[in-house]
Amino acid sequence: MPSKSRNDIVAPARAAKSRAVKTNVHLPFFGCSVSCGFPSPADDYIEKKLDLNEYLIDKPAATFFVRVSGDSMIGAGIHPDDLLIVDRSKEPKNKSIVLAIVNGDFTVKRYTSRGGKIILKAENPAHADIAIVDGMQFEVVGVCTNVIHNLK
Amino acid sequence: MHERDPQSQVSDAHSPCVASAPIFALVDGNSFYCSCERVFNPSLINQPVIVLSNNDGCVISRTDEAKAVGIKMGDPLHLISDIIKRHRVRVYSSNYALYGDMSARMMTTLAQFTPELEVYSIDEAFLSLGGFAGRDLADYAREIRRVVRRDTGIPTAIGIGPTKVLAKVANRAAKKNKTSGGVLNLCDRAAQNSVLAEFAAADVWGIGARSAAKLARMGVTTALQLRDADVDAVQKLLTIVGRRIVLELRGQSCLALEMVQEDRKQIVSSKSFGRPVYKLTELKEAVANYATRACEKLRRQKSACHVLSVFVQTNRFKDIAQYYNSATVNMGTGTASTTRLIAAANGALETIFRDGIEYKKTGVILSDLRPASAIEFSLFDDQHKHAQDTKAMNVMDAINARMGRDTLKVGACGANANVNASGAVKIGAPAWTMKAAMRTPCYTTRWQDLLKVG
Repeated sequence: MPSKSRNDIVAPARAAKSRAVKTNVHLPFFGCSVSCGFPSPADDYIEKKLDLNEYLIDKPAATFFVRVSGDSMIGAGIHPDDLLIVDRSKEPKNKSIVLAIVNGDFTVKRYTSRGGKIILKAENPAHADIAIVDGMQFEVVGVCTNVIHNLK
Repeated sequence: MHERDPQSQVSDAHSPCVASAPIFALVDGNSFYCSCERVFNPSLINQPVIVLSNNDGCVISRTDEAKAVGIKMGDPLHLISDIIKRHRVRVYSSNYALYGDMSARMMTTLAQFTPELEVYSIDEAFLSLGGFAGRDLADYAREIRRVVRRDTGIPTAIGIGPTKVLAKVANRAAKKNKTSGGVLNLCDRAAQNSVLAEFAAADVWGIGARSAAKLARMGVTTALQLRDADVDAVQKLLTIVGRRIVLELRGQSCLALEMVQEDRKQIVSSKSFGRPVYKLTELKEAVANYATRACEKLRRQKSACHVLSVFVQTNRFKDIAQYYNSATVNMGTGTASTTRLIAAANGALETIFRDGIEYKKTGVILSDLRPASAIEFSLFDDQHKHAQDTKAMNVMDAINARMGRDTLKVGACGANANVNASGAVKIGAPAWTMKAAMRTPCYTTRWQDLLKVG
């Protein structure tokens, strides 16, 4: 039997990419047919398939996806067009990367809090930090828990 | 607005309260549709915002700021254009994909707080707090509010009471009273007395405009008067429904929590056209699409339909030749097949179509719904065809669930027609597609619509 070309292996993965990710529980395929012979000795060890949602998301109801549009966080490995996973239920800790609202706009920055003073730091020298002062509209929407970067 | 028939809910209104006294909380999202828009657009915070009904007809959701400048629920858009301009009111078409997803998030979040929850509408839920009687319920409600706001971004109001009707009253009063912090507990008799005295009988849950007028003739205008009215006299006036409302106002629970949603007995799919439609071919295409939507719902609840009706109508508010007609088809054997029901719907449409009429609206109604698992075949039915149909529908539903609505559809629906297409009426789109000129992206349900942040 001729060995499979590289393309043969890659193609299905590509096809699957365009589909929307669903929080389905993938039922494992049971390899034994009941009517004949002994069951496969592996059947007792079948586990459920790995689900990326489970790995990336703690609280689905509070989790939102957003698309990155600038390069202000490039030093933290967050590139334009990356997908950010934002969990609204998490409280920011010092140095968490957060999605925040500042004066009517969304922004992704590193949250730092020292002596009651909050600064939203960019991870790119070309972008200024944002110091939060009285009278500013400011709210932490949620903590960015993961970034999904396409390597293509 | 959400009046239901309380008749079906209770077996005996006279029975005494159960041993452990029930406690209900009604949680609802403030200006829910507007709040959903605000979650994804912070520039709307503190601004007047309204959301319009299907086809951008009239106001169905407004923020407090919009209310303050004089916009009322139900106002037609064209009558308030001056106010909108003067006060820079932000106007949006309804985005049900977004609201539906945000609603599901809100309900999931609420479910953490009690094992017993009844989703009452897209933005309202009753929670049973009977098991929490030892706690400070107002405190607990404030915690619920805080977590819903944090996890979903939606601000809520919470009313607590020993009955559903009182919980509804408490919720409304909590919203009106700015010092309540969005929470009001009406379990206490003294609190009930003072709130009900200020509460219009017409605003009590289940009292419609007509009932309110009848009560007024009896001298009953406040909720307190209604509570203390002679219950038999109220029943004479408003039937058993009125009796239950009085008892509920007295703190005697008659309406239980309904945790399992009953399947629909009828499915209606219908919308107004974006612009006038004259041609049979266009009507047929629209009917095919509405039938498709209705069939999806039908299969989701695993029912089969035995009777299908189609109706057409003109714009009642326009000075033109008026026409309304409907046709009903008995399907014989129950079916949930989109192809069969579209064929029947278009056949029925042909019998009522008239030339030279300016049509405003058409729709499909599926009724006599029974479980799909119990379809009875007659001697002459082709069961093999039925099995094939079922298989084809399953494949279509699976593909559309995975690849997006209308990826696969029946040819009769037209090549580029799409009822819930994104945004505005595009040139080249069929005349009958809905107008939704100011619809926001589906931020939570479409990859290409995700919020962009810098």
